[in-house]
Amino acid sequence: MASTLWIGTRKGVFALRPDVRRRVWKLAGPQFLGHIIHHVVQDPREPRRLALAAKTGHLGPTVYTSGDRGRSWQEAAAPPAFRKADESEKPRAVERVFWLTPGHESEPGVWYAGTSPAGLFRSGDHGQRWEPVTGFNDHAMYSKWAAGLRTPDGELLHSIRVDPRDARHLYLAISIGGVFESTDRGADWAPLNEGVAADFLPDPNVAYGHDPHCLIQHPLQPDRLYQQNHCGSYRLDRPARRWVRIGERMPRRIGDIGFPIVAHPRDPDTVWVLPMDGSKVWPRTALGGKPAVYVSRNAGRSWQRQDRGLPRAQAWFTVLRQAMCADQAARLGLYFGTTQGEVWASSDEGGSWRCLARHLPEIYSVSHAC
Amino acid sequence: MAARVNTVRIPSPLRDYTAGATQVSASGATVAALLDDLERAHPGMRFRMIDEQDHIRPHIRVFINQREVNALDEAVAAGDEIHLICALSGG
Repeated sequence: MASTLWIGTRKGVFALRPDVRRRVWKLAGPQFLGHIIHHVVQDPREPRRLALAAKTGHLGPTVYTSGDRGRSWQEAAAPPAFRKADESEKPRAVERVFWLTPGHESEPGVWYAGTSPAGLFRSGDHGQRWEPVTGFNDHAMYSKWAAGLRTPDGELLHSIRVDPRDARHLYLAISIGGVFESTDRGADWAPLNEGVAADFLPDPNVAYGHDPHCLIQHPLQPDRLYQQNHCGSYRLDRPARRWVRIGERMPRRIGDIGFPIVAHPRDPDTVWVLPMDGSKVWPRTALGGKPAVYVSRNAGRSWQRQDRGLPRAQAWFTVLRQAMCADQAARLGLYFGTTQGEVWASSDEGGSWRCLARHLPEIYSVSHAC
Repeated sequence: MAARVNTVRIPSPLRDYTAGATQVSASGATVAALLDDLERAHPGMRFRMIDEQDHIRPHIRVFINQREVNALDEAVAAGDEIHLICALSGG
């Protein structure tokens, strides 16, 4: 099976392709040199199709799609854009398209996009024309859920998840705002943040206003959600509504702060995190300059360190929320990219790591395509 | 009455939309109308410069001859030269 690791960076798109044993990887690109690429995503329903979220320093945000596995790209005819504001409203304009999610298997051609400022958009034609999801963007609670608390890259709507059992059942996350759920294809939404800490707020027991960094839903057990949050890592098994802080089982000196979280595609109990330093002024770098991945094989009840092959000292990695992924191989491969432009890989479920590429631009996303 | 035609100078980040042309012709009595004409000839170009609230994006500047304009309802006269500038977007 052909395999590609798509690397979205602050200066363009790169592709890493392996030989059949995943021992030798060839770097191709850049495409879109100089463009800011937040996300590159394959459509699992039609694997030849891809979409990527782009802008440049000067130009506004847009989406490009490919129908030939990334050999050529076409710009969306109508990129994600908020509706024209009434005179009484605060005008909203998309500053960046941050996240892309293919729709449900029963809805070919449907994609969702998340933006900054927080906006949810839907395409029904493979990403060519995008429409606002008014059920979210114009929700009566929107101004409270997306109150304008910005990350350094702005307020981000991300981690759009479509329940593989039900196209109407959606989750999304906002940094900063929290996790939200819809059971009617986005017509209405409700917060889903009970049990999640928000210790940066005056009242840490709020219904929304949290900072989820990354939310995932297990494809084989869709009631199993994991969340890497600004304030710890969590698991939620629906229909329960209260998140369990699985990061409390991490070593205390490591903590449970990070950006990405990745699940084993065939084992809902196996999950990886990449802890970062969230102390004092939040360096967001590898703790002590010693990067490590942590894996749990029991849904977060215990964790093991995985750092074989990673630098032992003076490696101040930062790995952003879209920059870690797994492939589908029988012996699962794991990958992450750093803001310093390095791509690291494991072909034994995190047991050992090696660097596939370095000297790339700041890496925003790493995604696997078959 | 002669057709109103203006020369529009295209900066390098936007030349994918003009097949590499550094200048194109467009017409319109206002900046908005001229940009609409540009969009018809070069689809996708307008949204990269002007957001959905009709605001000029932060790193785009529009000049009529030597005068910078900040609103799309500014009048354009026949023969005016329009300069689209991409400026100061960071490292």
